[in-house]
Amino acid sequence: MDLRYTPKQAAFRAEVRAWMQAHVPKQRLKSYDTREGFEEHRQWERVLNSGRFGMVTWPEAMGGRGADLIEWLIFEEEYYRAGAPGRVNQNGIFLLGPTLMEYGTAAQKARFLPRMAAGDEIWAQGWSEPGAGSDMAAIRTKAIRDGDHYVINGQKTWSTRAAFADWCFGLFRTDPESTRHHGMSFILLPLDTPGITRRPIPQLDGEPGFAELFFDDVRVPVENRLGDEGQGWSIAMATAGFERGLMLRSPARFQETAKRLVQLYRRHEARVAPGVRDQVLKAWMDAEAYALNTYMTASRLIAGGKIGQEASLNKIFWSELDRSMHETALSILGARGELLASGVDEAGEITRWLKGFLFSLAGPIYAGANEIQRNIIAERLLNLPR
Amino acid sequence: MNFAFTEDQLLFRDTVRDFLAAECGPAELRAAAAGTGRSAARWQKLADMGLTGLTVAEARGGLGLGLLDYVLIAEETGRVALPEPLIDQIGIAAPVLADFAARADVAAVLSGLAAGTCKVAAGHPDDPFVADAGEADFLLLGRDGVLHLVPRDRVVLTPETSVDPLRRIAAVDWAAGNETRLSGETGILDRFRDLGALAAAAQGLGLAQAMVDLAADYARTRQQFGKPIGTFQAVKHHLATVQVAIEFARAPVYKAAATQHPRDISHARIAVVDAAAAAARTAIQVFGAMGYTYEVDLHFFMKRAWALAGVWGDRHYHLDRLSRMVLSDDAAIGADGTFQDR
Repeated sequence: MDLRYTPKQAAFRAEVRAWMQAHVPKQRLKSYDTREGFEEHRQWERVLNSGRFGMVTWPEAMGGRGADLIEWLIFEEEYYRAGAPGRVNQNGIFLLGPTLMEYGTAAQKARFLPRMAAGDEIWAQGWSEPGAGSDMAAIRTKAIRDGDHYVINGQKTWSTRAAFADWCFGLFRTDPESTRHHGMSFILLPLDTPGITRRPIPQLDGEPGFAELFFDDVRVPVENRLGDEGQGWSIAMATAGFERGLMLRSPARFQETAKRLVQLYRRHEARVAPGVRDQVLKAWMDAEAYALNTYMTASRLIAGGKIGQEASLNKIFWSELDRSMHETALSILGARGELLASGVDEAGEITRWLKGFLFSLAGPIYAGANEIQRNIIAERLLNLPR
Repeated sequence: MNFAFTEDQLLFRDTVRDFLAAECGPAELRAAAAGTGRSAARWQKLADMGLTGLTVAEARGGLGLGLLDYVLIAEETGRVALPEPLIDQIGIAAPVLADFAARADVAAVLSGLAAGTCKVAAGHPDDPFVADAGEADFLLLGRDGVLHLVPRDRVVLTPETSVDPLRRIAAVDWAAGNETRLSGETGILDRFRDLGALAAAAQGLGLAQAMVDLAADYARTRQQFGKPIGTFQAVKHHLATVQVAIEFARAPVYKAAATQHPRDISHARIAVVDAAAAAARTAIQVFGAMGYTYEVDLHFFMKRAWALAGVWGDRHYHLDRLSRMVLSDDAAIGADGTFQDR
């Protein structure tokens, strides 16, 4: 154990810090759940890619830097420290990207990864259906083979970023006779394919962060299938692992929120009730614990260890931490915490907490509801019977 | 940056785990609780393994290992609720005394610790009782900012009864003198308390995991409504929630052992107090009425966790201290401050 950064790691941090200082937009971008904001964020992805900072863990040939997990954590720390914009392509770079690296053919990697890194293709995900939420094995949307194409019919919902995204990946039933986890395939498709209808769904904040997708005889070439036909479930589980685990929610995000919460508390300390202090400290400790835990996992994986049930443990922890931090912030703001937009909130700080609170409510639901994660922990870690 | 234990450290941990499982199972705990509470034979075996000298310098006959090696061992002793005061000795007394090893009398005490022939009890002046003072040859005590090493024959003990049937505690009446004085260096009693807090935190991790494991065992076999109660989501989710709390208390404890920074120690201490309290609360619920009896083993672990929650600075002490660091102008808050040594 050595809790010091190496000179190489320190130099990498300095490089990221300097680059971010020079490139992070001075003005906060509009929400990527608006058309205008979506394009602003796409532009930011292009800027990131120009510095080869789109996805530092990717191989250099794919536009990355071949960074290890510790360097990735350093990158994320500097990214959030700089207040850089959210990643509109997170479905692509954090979820599909690692999945493609593991299951994609050489041609698929060459076709999709560079454009993903460049922000030219922004990805939505297509998991859930009206009858398949937490029970994802209940998926019914069919992709029936017709020569060198699949013909897709059915409906997806809660497709994150699908209101404005270019492409979608998802799980489709390629064997119409199959049930449950069998007979599904992982398919990638452009959202402008004829036969696809998108219906954006406004979230709690009123913006269309996700959409319903209707498929009516949508023809997709067979080469857009990732992995073997019928292998979809196991690939999707790997993707879900990336989603719940290390990649989707890096610790820096919560540490920066905790830092803002401490600053907020200190500005209002004189008028808040004494018990609020303990909630602020709890937020700080939990954000720190999540970071330490992630560094430990990263160190273990770099040394050749295998990922275990960390994904489920992490997902519960960060989602509940995020919610409780925002609840604490709103309790500090008191009656002003209801301001969605106002002249008295010039820096947009109140709105930011409020919007963050609304979003934090989704955390325990998406990426596999926390009840599902608790079942996984109980059954696989504690060996309780199913 | 490498936040991982070495293969050797983990291997040694596994060896100690197997040893303790064989030497300190539930039957041994019950035998100890019914008798004097301490086993000279087990103590000798701990000494034979080198554990009593784990953190004592090799020159004094110890293994010369550090707090990072020790923290994993402390966790294991918690896992079995070891009755003997091994952790107070190797996690508190030995590291403190090591700073004064140039003194011949202290060096002799350290050699005795390593050999298992000398026992040193440790008690912070903020705590009302000292554990295992009765069998100790020396007591490490503090008063007015000064740390003292006091021979057993210079103290008067008033034994008290702990909720933990395996703890042996006593109020200590003693007189400080020049000949007992070790050091009045600024902060020496804070360091003393911090080593105690780290010891409690590391043991608490093991205690909490033991409680969850016992409850999970029970939930696998106890049948109600025609099936094991572990099939019910209410039971699963209770235990999963505690497991999450334990997992996220672990890294702070290991970091605290590595840095010994007060901020890290307070964080570890609070996280473990909370996780162990939740483990006790949840485990007794999963055991149902059986959990409320002396007949299942759970109570040994719950009671140790409750007792350790109060000593070496309780939750409020550590929260207050943490608040002074985290809420101050110069605190390293933010992602890039995590591993800055402050």
